[in-house]
Amino acid sequence: MAKTKQQLSPIEIAAKKYARYRDPLIMVLHEIQTTRGYIPREAAFEIAKLLNVPLARIYEVITFYNYFRLKSPGKAVISVCTGTACHLKGADKLVKEFSEELDIEPGQTTDDGLFHLQSVRCVGCCGLAPVVVINEKTYGKLQPSQVPHVIAEWKEKFETETADAAS
Amino acid sequence: MPPVNIEKIKNDEIKRQNDFCCRIFVCASTGCISSQSMEAIDALEEAVKSHDLENEIEIVPTGCMGLCARGPLVRVEVAGQKPVLYETVDPMFARLVVSEHIRPALAKSVKDYAFKLPDFLKNRTVPLDIDFFAQQQKVVLANAGDIDPESIEAYIARDGYKALEKILLNMSPEQIIEQIEKSGLRGRGGGGFPVAKKWTFARQSQAEYKYVICNGDEGDPGAYMDRSILEADPHAVLEGVLIAAYATGAQEGIFYIRAEYPLAIERMKKAIRQAKRNKLLGKNILGTEFSFDCQIRLGAGAFVCGEETALIASIEGRRGTPRPRPPYPSVKGVWDMPTCLNNVETLANVPSILRNGGDWFAQWGTGSSKGTKVFALTGKVINSGLIEIPMGLSLREVVEKIGGGSSTAKEIKAVQTGGPSGGVIKREDLDLPVCYDRFQQAGSIMGSGGMIVMDQDDSMVDIASFYLGFTVDESCGKCAPCRIGGKQLLDLLEKISQGKGTKKDIESIKLLCEAMRSASLCGLGQTAPNPVVSTLTYFENEYLEKINSEVCK
Repeated sequence: MAKTKQQLSPIEIAAKKYARYRDPLIMVLHEIQTTRGYIPREAAFEIAKLLNVPLARIYEVITFYNYFRLKSPGKAVISVCTGTACHLKGADKLVKEFSEELDIEPGQTTDDGLFHLQSVRCVGCCGLAPVVVINEKTYGKLQPSQVPHVIAEWKEKFETETADAAS
Repeated sequence: MPPVNIEKIKNDEIKRQNDFCCRIFVCASTGCISSQSMEAIDALEEAVKSHDLENEIEIVPTGCMGLCARGPLVRVEVAGQKPVLYETVDPMFARLVVSEHIRPALAKSVKDYAFKLPDFLKNRTVPLDIDFFAQQQKVVLANAGDIDPESIEAYIARDGYKALEKILLNMSPEQIIEQIEKSGLRGRGGGGFPVAKKWTFARQSQAEYKYVICNGDEGDPGAYMDRSILEADPHAVLEGVLIAAYATGAQEGIFYIRAEYPLAIERMKKAIRQAKRNKLLGKNILGTEFSFDCQIRLGAGAFVCGEETALIASIEGRRGTPRPRPPYPSVKGVWDMPTCLNNVETLANVPSILRNGGDWFAQWGTGSSKGTKVFALTGKVINSGLIEIPMGLSLREVVEKIGGGSSTAKEIKAVQTGGPSGGVIKREDLDLPVCYDRFQQAGSIMGSGGMIVMDQDDSMVDIASFYLGFTVDESCGKCAPCRIGGKQLLDLLEKISQGKGTKKDIESIKLLCEAMRSASLCGLGQTAPNPVVSTLTYFENEYLEKINSEVCK
């Protein structure tokens, strides 16, 4: 008997959405990462079964493309743009500053799971170089001296959220 | 059901627009949204409402207006008066624009003469007759900043889908290709291959099913032309795809867009939905035999997927590695079917060429490079932003007039074009015209449109390492010259940067560059040495300084 929509897993819903597509693997992976923030192992297993694609192929694809993550990235993903315009205007100093302030290397997540630091390719706001994107918020013409302030702003945001959730 | 009446939609929309005595255009592209232009829109809406001017004023979110470094940009057009462009408009200032500029300007008593702006507003305006705007020639970006990209009616009001109607009702595929040939249009993604040739090959391939792919996998760091076009005028790209499909005999279109461009994806999705609703996509378009459908596929952060065979592998759900050509995609492309693959900007040029004729497009440019080209002008230049210029304009005019010259106190040292596949053009050569062949002769390439201005502070060894680091990271690893050669080359550059290099290293660098160029499988590896070769050609002294500095110690 066919499952109703409530009974479908998020992955089944994603697979259904692209049922008309030929070779929908990458689109389904995008869908999972958008909702979960990364591709969990059990999700890869389920995709393999649903799309009838070998698990090795799925991991081959996930690890080839920079966009896909195998680990949960934390609550705030800090993306420092390292495109050419940002490079010329000191993106490396921003990476260093975030790295020192949070005590993590690019590609790592803080122990409390709040911040994930990554350097990314051009985000396409070259006119505002150097640029840092944190989740959906873009910081243009950011100076290293402003970094502690930006981190504090996000910490405060998370604290308020936790307090709100508790009350 | 009768086919859609484009002329009627156009007239209705123009009438609707003319009913407003004031239209406020707010840049809502990624750059300006990052500078909080959506907050400015909210403030404008609130202010318009509080002044009870909803029937007089329309607020139009638009695509890129060009001066990205000074956003959010807002242009106010009051009927019968000169348009005014404001820069860095925050919500507070937005409210002032409504109360102190538009409201008095609309008041009956002043309608007959030009309204004079108070100084505190005037100080935040950008004159519309400055060189930044005057030296440009907009074909692809003709609608950018002037229409709401999320409205098919707005596009149709600017003669959108007129070219589609014209070709479907009156022209044969051969006649279309003839006009493209006349226009001299070449691929704008970087390769510069003549579009008419590509279309002819795809047309000649015999198959039951063919595809058109729009390559929106813009990966060059420091460039955002395609993103801006998709965000500013998605229907123009879609119309270009439809025309390419009819000319080559394709049944299905695929937009391959970087996942890092969520707004561009959203607007393209919307454009496709609107076109379907208006029966400009689907079965029997405009009542003809021509049927066509489209889908969107997302890239996933791999620069190599800009290469056509790698892009096709990615659409097929595999890792994006290139394969040897021939067979070319126009013979054997996605799912082994003939595929016509063009870049976003190339396709966005097509509707205006068919509407106005190939000769019209060829009026701009040099012998081998016709039309206009969009560039992302960035780096150490005052007016950093998105520009479109006629081919043939000299780099000096671009950098000094449009760009306004160096943004630092330092002199300009060089201009980099073509990103990781291109090279530097030194200050003494700035009189070079913008042209595929002349750029190539100078050791760079036209590329997709990144143009980065560098000043005396920028070390050329560092620039070469930066680009090479990028290509080494992005190498797919399939062929040895690119995978191993790139890494070796980067190690040598780093050795020199650290002051540990010798003169012999420069010889090794030259050898490695030559090997990569001639033996790599795809464009990524073949062009990866370009930034190194060109900086070494023009700025060898900087390399030698690094080498000698250690000797002196």
